[in-house]
Amino acid sequence: MSATRTSSAPPAPSRPVTGPRLQVDWTLCEGRGHCFEMLPELLGEDPWGYPIPRAGNLSRGMAVPPHLLPHARDAVVSCPRLALLLRED
Amino acid sequence: MTATAEPVADRAEGVAAPGGARLSGCATTELAEHARKLGALPRHERSGTLLDELERSGLTGRGGAAFPTWRKVAAVSRGRRAVVVANAAEGEPASGKDAALLTHVPHLVLDGLQLAATAVDARDVYLYVKAGTAADTVRRAITERRRAGWDALAVTVVEAPAGFVSGEESAVVSAIEGGPALPKFKRSLVVESGVKGRPTLVQNAETLAHVALIARFGADWFRAVGTPEQPGTFLSTVSGAVRAPGVVELPYGSTIAEVLDRAGGPSRPLRAVLVGGYHGAWIPGRDVARAPMSRDGLTPWGASPGAGVLVAIGDNECGLHTTARIVQYLADSSAKQCGPCMFGLPHLAHTFDRLAAAERDGRLPGQIEQLTALVENRGACHHPDGTIRLVRTALRTFSDDVQAHLAGYCLAARR
Repeated sequence: MSATRTSSAPPAPSRPVTGPRLQVDWTLCEGRGHCFEMLPELLGEDPWGYPIPRAGNLSRGMAVPPHLLPHARDAVVSCPRLALLLRED
Repeated sequence: MTATAEPVADRAEGVAAPGGARLSGCATTELAEHARKLGALPRHERSGTLLDELERSGLTGRGGAAFPTWRKVAAVSRGRRAVVVANAAEGEPASGKDAALLTHVPHLVLDGLQLAATAVDARDVYLYVKAGTAADTVRRAITERRRAGWDALAVTVVEAPAGFVSGEESAVVSAIEGGPALPKFKRSLVVESGVKGRPTLVQNAETLAHVALIARFGADWFRAVGTPEQPGTFLSTVSGAVRAPGVVELPYGSTIAEVLDRAGGPSRPLRAVLVGGYHGAWIPGRDVARAPMSRDGLTPWGASPGAGVLVAIGDNECGLHTTARIVQYLADSSAKQCGPCMFGLPHLAHTFDRLAAAERDGRLPGQIEQLTALVENRGACHHPDGTIRLVRTALRTFSDDVQAHLAGYCLAARR
């Protein structure tokens, strides 16, 4: 029988993906298109001109593979609406 | 404030009327009557006592997400200068339970609000409610409590503007801050950083009413009804093809048929029931006797109890027509802050309406599927996601209607 470790501290409400993740603040995004032009490996364009993830969830955060991190950082700083975020915490 | 010597257990029996009517059993708008029925507001001197009791009780949020209440309370109590909000915005048009609760049992909600506020050492306490009888009643109740010295913390009433999304957690935070009642992008959790960056506990009004009973009668009493995963009772707003539409209270795990029976029973053979409101799921009428109202119980149907809304439609109604009308309403209810929702939902509503109108275009179901995939997970709140759940379950539950409509006729018109 394996010992189970229990923590007395209650866990916080569930958090999305961990590790570097790309997020869009949809309330700021106006579909200027810089992000999907700079990150075609991760993002496409929807019929209305907004970014759409090739896989994953842009609202809660989509995983960014290490080799694309520099491109993701470039895309973040080039967004004119400051709507693209890279969470690396 | 008078404390009587009546044992708590006797009062609990009085509250738990047959059939699981607990909240309903506390109905009174008078503080003196409330005190006579339930006794004084329990004081939890030892910090954490109520939190322990809430954890053992298994109480889940009644606003729709069914998140364990104790976890939110625990997370907020870790911060400083917390804010607590009782949420009775009830933007869902098919829901009336929070308004009914505040109109008939305001003191129970206000008790729960005080208890939650004390548990997290809150500095500011709000009650967020849409205008109407419920707001008027609860304002009177707050005044009465202030005069009686019943509450430790003052409660500020903030009026919730009309609108489907005004009760969404981040919209509530924004409205309390004096901003528009619209959802916000969440850079952090509301329990950590809500109203003006302070840890904020937003709890549905019904959840708080249950807190008030758990604080008095304990977790074991609370767990005596309901399911192990979702203990206790819930309020359900039943409308549509039933004989006595209204708000009823039953234990979680009751079948949908049992809930409908409490609302007078079906007024004609049922085609389907919309479970969980406009962001909910359609369940075929033939399944209501074996579909339990609990998160686990409804999983096979891709449904969940949500805020307890049931809309029954009879066999003379077309589920596609009803869905088309709701999708149009939801598209109109978009806060129009997020592109995929602002453009996607009207497009989805239009395409669904063409299907409902029995346009003989075989591409329509595929186009609807594509549009749902386009808006999924793409917004600051779950408005698009809730809308596509409704649409997807409609296509599944009304699949024979879809075939009929594509062939140019409607099954409901032939019944």
